[in-house]
Amino acid sequence: MTTRRRYTLWVSARRDPGTRWFLGGLVLIGVAVPVLNLAVPASSPFHVSSYGLTLIGKYLCYALLALAVDLIWGYCGILSLGHAAFFALGGYAMGMYLMREIGPRGVYGNPILPDFMVFLNWKKLPWFWYGFNHFGFALLMMLLAPGLLGLAFGWFAFRSRVTGVYLSIITQALTYALMLAFFRNDTGFGGNNGFTDFKDILGFDLRSDGVHDVLVVISAVVLGVSYLVCRKIVASRAGRVIQAIRDSETRTRFLGYRVESFKLWVFVFSTVLAGIAGALYVPQIGIINPSEFSPINSIEVVIWVAVGGRGTLYGAVAGAFLVNYAKTLFTTSFPDAWYYALGALFVLVTLLLPRGIIGLIPNRARTREADPSSSREGVGIKDGRYQPHS
Amino acid sequence: MRKFLLRIYPWVIAVLVSVGGQGLVYSLPSSDAQFLAKLGELRDATYADKEKIIEELGASGHPNVRAVLRAMLEDRLYFRNNDQNIFLVKSAAQGDSTSLDLIDPLTLKGAGSASIDNLTEIGINNHLRRVCETTLARFGLSNPDASVRLDAVKEIEKSLDETNVALLREQQAVETSSRVRKQIAIGLALAALNDQSDSKTLRAAIATLRGNLDPAVRIKLEGLLEKSPDGSYLESDAEVRADAAAAIKSIDHWRTFFSSIETLVFGLSEGSVLVLIAIGLAITFGVMGVINMAHGELMMLGAYTTYVVQVAMPLHIGSSVLVAIPAAFIVSGLTGILIERTVIRVLYGRPLETLLATFGISLILQQLVRSIFTALNRSVETPAWMSGTLQVNDALSMTYVRLYVLIFSLVVFAMLVLVLKFTRTGLEIRAVAQNRAMARAMGVRSEWVDAMTFGLGSGIAGVAGVALSQLTNVGPNLGQAYIIDSFLVVVFGGVGNIWGSLVGGMCMGIVDELLEPYSGAVLAKIIVLVALILFIQRRPQGLFPPTGRAAESQ
Repeated sequence: MTTRRRYTLWVSARRDPGTRWFLGGLVLIGVAVPVLNLAVPASSPFHVSSYGLTLIGKYLCYALLALAVDLIWGYCGILSLGHAAFFALGGYAMGMYLMREIGPRGVYGNPILPDFMVFLNWKKLPWFWYGFNHFGFALLMMLLAPGLLGLAFGWFAFRSRVTGVYLSIITQALTYALMLAFFRNDTGFGGNNGFTDFKDILGFDLRSDGVHDVLVVISAVVLGVSYLVCRKIVASRAGRVIQAIRDSETRTRFLGYRVESFKLWVFVFSTVLAGIAGALYVPQIGIINPSEFSPINSIEVVIWVAVGGRGTLYGAVAGAFLVNYAKTLFTTSFPDAWYYALGALFVLVTLLLPRGIIGLIPNRARTREADPSSSREGVGIKDGRYQPHS
Repeated sequence: MRKFLLRIYPWVIAVLVSVGGQGLVYSLPSSDAQFLAKLGELRDATYADKEKIIEELGASGHPNVRAVLRAMLEDRLYFRNNDQNIFLVKSAAQGDSTSLDLIDPLTLKGAGSASIDNLTEIGINNHLRRVCETTLARFGLSNPDASVRLDAVKEIEKSLDETNVALLREQQAVETSSRVRKQIAIGLALAALNDQSDSKTLRAAIATLRGNLDPAVRIKLEGLLEKSPDGSYLESDAEVRADAAAAIKSIDHWRTFFSSIETLVFGLSEGSVLVLIAIGLAITFGVMGVINMAHGELMMLGAYTTYVVQVAMPLHIGSSVLVAIPAAFIVSGLTGILIERTVIRVLYGRPLETLLATFGISLILQQLVRSIFTALNRSVETPAWMSGTLQVNDALSMTYVRLYVLIFSLVVFAMLVLVLKFTRTGLEIRAVAQNRAMARAMGVRSEWVDAMTFGLGSGIAGVAGVALSQLTNVGPNLGQAYIIDSFLVVVFGGVGNIWGSLVGGMCMGIVDELLEPYSGAVLAKIIVLVALILFIQRRPQGLFPPTGRAAESQ
């Protein structure tokens, strides 16, 4: 029993200071932000404005997305350059519910059709919009839409052993194609403008701070729970196989594991997480449009993870917060410099900080399994094509 | 005989005209003085008089009649108030021009310029325009050059009235060139369809028109099949109708054939740009196993280099493209080598990190270009020798730019193949791609080879930018628009295989072009992508998978 415990490496929050810090911070955000928003008067310097509230909610959703990417990239070696697509799909599912929820309060006052359909002169609701007036169904679709796409894509990709940079390129092409599709008016998702002007969610007014407070708390809770589930997954037996795949896919296959299945399930789980993040993002930001699918968004997610430190989970979350905070600062004060900064971040982090900022913290306590440096060599052998190749 | 007739013909007309009008004095031999005198009459003639003068000018056979009548058509014929001399001007007066460059009507050379106040335009109305055109056409018919006569016949066929048909008949009798005769026959056949001819003439005319691709011919033939409102055919003879239907069918058949050739050429030229981008990617991937996400931006640098070269030499637009090719190769190549030495070298063995770092570089390059050239699109002028259209026949035409781009990319491809095959560097590149460790053991400096490969691939990207700048506007996002497509080409063709990139790129271009009319550009992209993902199911290694020991390392 003891040996098994050691080898399965189930890391409890008690034994893992990273997790402790992470969960502590999350609770702090979940409690302090709503309190500072509602209870502290607006004149106080500690007051969190509606804008700040939206910002924190956004960061929490991005952190969840980063967690999803870290799970597959940091632990399974799958570099997805298209995860924003799953995020956006979840967001669109939520957006469709919110659009139906507007009902007759739209500009054109049509009780069934959203404004953009009236505008485009559509006579009836397309079939794929049925059911989105029920929150339960919409909730299901927020999980299913990204999950099923992830399942179909992963099934095709992993079964034919598309790995390494190939897979990255194909995922990028996937999100690119979806972006093109969603930009079209006749796809039925509002084209260029996407969805906006939401009124309420489950009857609660989306323009009130109180609802946003609740959404922030929900986001924090979902992030915390997702983190623990991911932790559990990577520490389980399957998690160890997944990490073995990252280190040497061929060897794992020769050992008798069905590599495709492991990859597929962790990938699908990750896409569902991304979808949930998107679904939480939309009501807080109040808009979803096809630019969410653009390839650069997905790549930015990867850089959050890289900055934070991949293969640590909490690093990804920290990276998402840090980079996005920097982005907020830059784009408000020096908009032109942001791309230089982001570009430099990409280069410098990959060159100088392969383990991210988490790697800078002296790591007496950091667990061995979370250290991607031990795997770097393995990754190189797997898809570094130094080896002969005609 | 023909020569004699040709020479005599204008005089016959001139005599006829002059008998009716002004008297014999105008039918004197066409000396320059005569010509000038005739022109001079235009100064204060009424429109009716002008018509006669124009016809007489045409009949005079003076070689400059064409230039003068053209100028008249384009409102470029003036006389100078102070000395009453007639002049052509270089370009028609604009709203704000104060003086015009004069051309002497006899020598057709520049004759200084004159203030616009000192010039009076010789006016023309629509009726006179038609007279001018017909006269020009007649004048063209008497030209010794067969291709000029052919153009003249085509011009005449645009308005087939009785006089013109008579003109064609006369010309048919004396015409020697078979091309021109054929064109005349078509014109006469068209004329025959116009009149209420008998069935025999109609069928003969249809037989002549069979296989002619001019849209006007098809419209005329369709006219034979029209029904009157009560449901009966306008053309009563069923055989004529059957002939016409058959002729239309054969015309449509040829049109489809030629339009598919056009699609093919279009697709090939679209694809050739992709090929240029993809071969650069393919060799860097083949040798170093890294995907350079900044490759599209290197191409963008090449396009901007073309722009800069053109701005730097505004008087030599024609040769600036030729200068831009090596310039773009060097700019992009050196940038590529710089990237390789500073970033990619450090990340050896970590392809996914390389991908991220080069993506960062692409962001920096884009922003750099935005800072220098602003985010606005710049347009690169197409040199005169590359513009224009190659008109193969009425159904098939291609712009020269596309043809040049296609040829250019094939030449670049061939040169790359030759470099890889017959030079020392090429040999070393292939050696390192096959087995790095073994190549090093044999004394190949693999680091140097890496830098060279990267420089070569990046340089080709730059050259692709030159080609692309001729097809589209140059902007900071140019690279992004093409990079995903070119990645797909590389994946489709088999990574690291330049022949695969060639076939893959061309296929991609053609498929895009084929699908576009049916499904729109966006959906075409999606279909291609889905098809590619399915294709990879069958052939995970692409169209041309690596073979031998290399394949085992996958």
